[in-house]
Amino acid sequence: MSSDNAYYIPHDAKWPIVGSVGMSLFLGGFAGQLNGSSMATNIMIVGFLVLVYMMFGWFGEVIDESESGKYKKIEAVSFRMGMVWFIFSEVMFFAAFFGALFYIRIYSVPWLAGDGSGAATNEFLWGGFEAIWPTNGPGDVGGEYQKMGAWGLPAINTLLLLTSGVTCTWAHWGLVANKRKQLIIGLAATVLLGFIFVGLQVLEYSHGYNELNLTMGSGVYGSTFYMLTGFHGFHVTVGAIMLLVMLVRSIKGHFTPENHFAFEAAAWYWHFVDVVWLGLFIFVYWL
Amino acid sequence: MTTVTDTHDDHHDHGPAAGLMRWVTTTNHKDIGTLYLVFSLIMFMIGGAMAMVIRLELFQPGLQFVDPSFFNQMTTVHALVMIFGAVMPAFVGLANWMLPIMVGGPDMALPRMNNWSFWILPFAFTMLLSTFFMDGGAPAGGWTIYPPLVLQGGNGFPYMIFAIHMMGVSSVMGAINVIVTILNMRAPGMTLMKMPLFVWTWFITAYLLIAVMPVLAGAVTMLLTDRFFDTTFFNAAGGGDPVLFQHIFWFFGHPEVYILILPAFGVVSEIIPTFARKPLFGYSSMVYATSSIAFLSFIVWAHHMFTVGMPLQGELFFMYATMLIAVPTGVKVFNWISTMWKGSMTFETPMLFAIGFVIMFTIGGFSGLMLAIAPADFQYHDTYFVVAHFHYVLVTGAVYSIMAAAYYWLPKWTGNMYNETHGQWHFWISTVSVNVLFFPQHFLGLAGMPRRIPDYAVQFAEFNMWSSIGGFVFGLSQVFFCYIVYKTIKGGEKATDQVWEGAKGLEWTLSSPPPYHSFTEAPEIK
Repeated sequence: MSSDNAYYIPHDAKWPIVGSVGMSLFLGGFAGQLNGSSMATNIMIVGFLVLVYMMFGWFGEVIDESESGKYKKIEAVSFRMGMVWFIFSEVMFFAAFFGALFYIRIYSVPWLAGDGSGAATNEFLWGGFEAIWPTNGPGDVGGEYQKMGAWGLPAINTLLLLTSGVTCTWAHWGLVANKRKQLIIGLAATVLLGFIFVGLQVLEYSHGYNELNLTMGSGVYGSTFYMLTGFHGFHVTVGAIMLLVMLVRSIKGHFTPENHFAFEAAAWYWHFVDVVWLGLFIFVYWL
Repeated sequence: MTTVTDTHDDHHDHGPAAGLMRWVTTTNHKDIGTLYLVFSLIMFMIGGAMAMVIRLELFQPGLQFVDPSFFNQMTTVHALVMIFGAVMPAFVGLANWMLPIMVGGPDMALPRMNNWSFWILPFAFTMLLSTFFMDGGAPAGGWTIYPPLVLQGGNGFPYMIFAIHMMGVSSVMGAINVIVTILNMRAPGMTLMKMPLFVWTWFITAYLLIAVMPVLAGAVTMLLTDRFFDTTFFNAAGGGDPVLFQHIFWFFGHPEVYILILPAFGVVSEIIPTFARKPLFGYSSMVYATSSIAFLSFIVWAHHMFTVGMPLQGELFFMYATMLIAVPTGVKVFNWISTMWKGSMTFETPMLFAIGFVIMFTIGGFSGLMLAIAPADFQYHDTYFVVAHFHYVLVTGAVYSIMAAAYYWLPKWTGNMYNETHGQWHFWISTVSVNVLFFPQHFLGLAGMPRRIPDYAVQFAEFNMWSSIGGFVFGLSQVFFCYIVYKTIKGGEKATDQVWEGAKGLEWTLSSPPPYHSFTEAPEIK
């Protein structure tokens, strides 16, 4: 029973309570702001800063523990399983929005146009409405708008993300083969591609809002479009920041070919946002 | 994984830190389990107080005590508090206390995250309950938060949405911890099919949680944007559909009810063999039945919305799929009965609550079967029959199993025996009163009394009065329960390590109360 085999149990976790306070301030402030209180915006910002502080502190503590060799194979297995199931929960989060999109396109829009048992609904409430996707609904909510095309920026973004998946894996190969330079170049390229993607997404939104009159208020098309791409863009941003941290750590000389859970977790997350994007490209932009 | 290391240099087993900060910064599964259980008891009393207001108003027809808007706030928040604040945290508390011990591990796999899972909850519920003091009051559109009604709420609306988000974050982290603990922290030799059934049912519950809590988060996010950011997910004018919300909500909601009951199955499957002094009948069939129930729970959601105007194929599919659940549930009930068959039974308080569970949960199961029949549901939908049904499965089901678990493991946790006479009184008063409380509601519903109303036609007066009397007695008997728990923590006859003559399992090999770190050396699994 050597202590080499012992499972590492940390003590005195100070960061969770900081996280709870930060989360409450952030969300409470956000709610207050939605209700029209101007003070609340400040609370929200403070909450956000507390959350950032918590992440620096918490992750910093874990990184220190990892670098001082406190984690062995068994803890790494726990971390890996935790990350896998966290990503699964994210998949289900996106599933809710994809489910909404499919339901709207397959059921609710055709029903409003008289399909199934919707004949009377169409006749008496929404006469003349036809089921054509995209739609801002029989009420023409948000007024005239144009569809976001698939083969402009979105196609370029698809290429960017797919390429970043390749560079990410190439960096991983470098890490495993102990080629530091390949690791750093690969990661830097991935982070760069990620942030370019986010930048282009911002450009696309401004195009949508300013030139196409396509807003969140443009009926269900605008709702589903911005909700799905928006949450995805948020996840890309988070993933890119995660990879940026990995880049900094790689430059500092962290990770070994055997022990680099954080890198793998960030890479898995990155491939996950990649796959979600493919779903978005097909079902939101293309079909 | 055989021993535990400290972050400190000294390697002898050390106790907890002193003072309040022990509870705030703890990473110990027992401390966190205790926090969850105490929190859930507090929430149970708060949610119970709201139920008392409801029963008080319904004691007689007419409006007596509260105005209808406040009544609606009571029904809505009562449900949210009981589901997310009382029953779920109670089971997570039991999981925290028992899972590492039952699998022979040193602690939960991710101890710091475990702390955060708990410490989000007091903040989330403070946020939810604070809505009572806001313009427009607390959410009053029912716990199912259907649009468009819920979107018309007051300033409390966004706070409720974010409180639900926070509860979801807490649940998902807790569930991840449970899965990782079970998969990675088992002592050598503890194969999956040797795990106690409580571990198994929690394992499956954790998967349900990870799969559906994010879906709820998505649903409430769409509510938020529909109200504040001009989206039209649930608005037909924009091409959306309010019914879409119901589908997404119940895709979460139906697995959620199994989240509330599967750990209860696990608890009862631990207790009945102990007091029947026989091994559990059909262990592996229990595991498969639990898995089947979990799978089926994902494809039955629309039985909550038979009357909403679904296509006929949908009605039929969801009706038959729902009825299928009776098969694995029946397997479980028969297994419990077979375990007791020819056992040498004794009837200590945990066993009484467990048997009460088997009988009354089955009543709730049968009324569920009645509700599963789509054409019949057209009559029962949104009546007190539904209220009676889900209170039989949740109060005499889930809550009874939590009471059973508390009596069963309190001597282990505290080292003190509870007062058996008090426990028996608690059981019998509760059981008589809970049936006076909920059984008449079946008749009220069948006679047509709708749920979620503060006033009713005079023909319903008598049954409502009985129901309220039962409610008050049941409520008081839970105050008595708090007293019993308090007394047991404070002292009492010392419990042995084994506690119960027929108890089997790793938790009974540890001292009562167990050491701060459970298994510093991995136990041998026979």
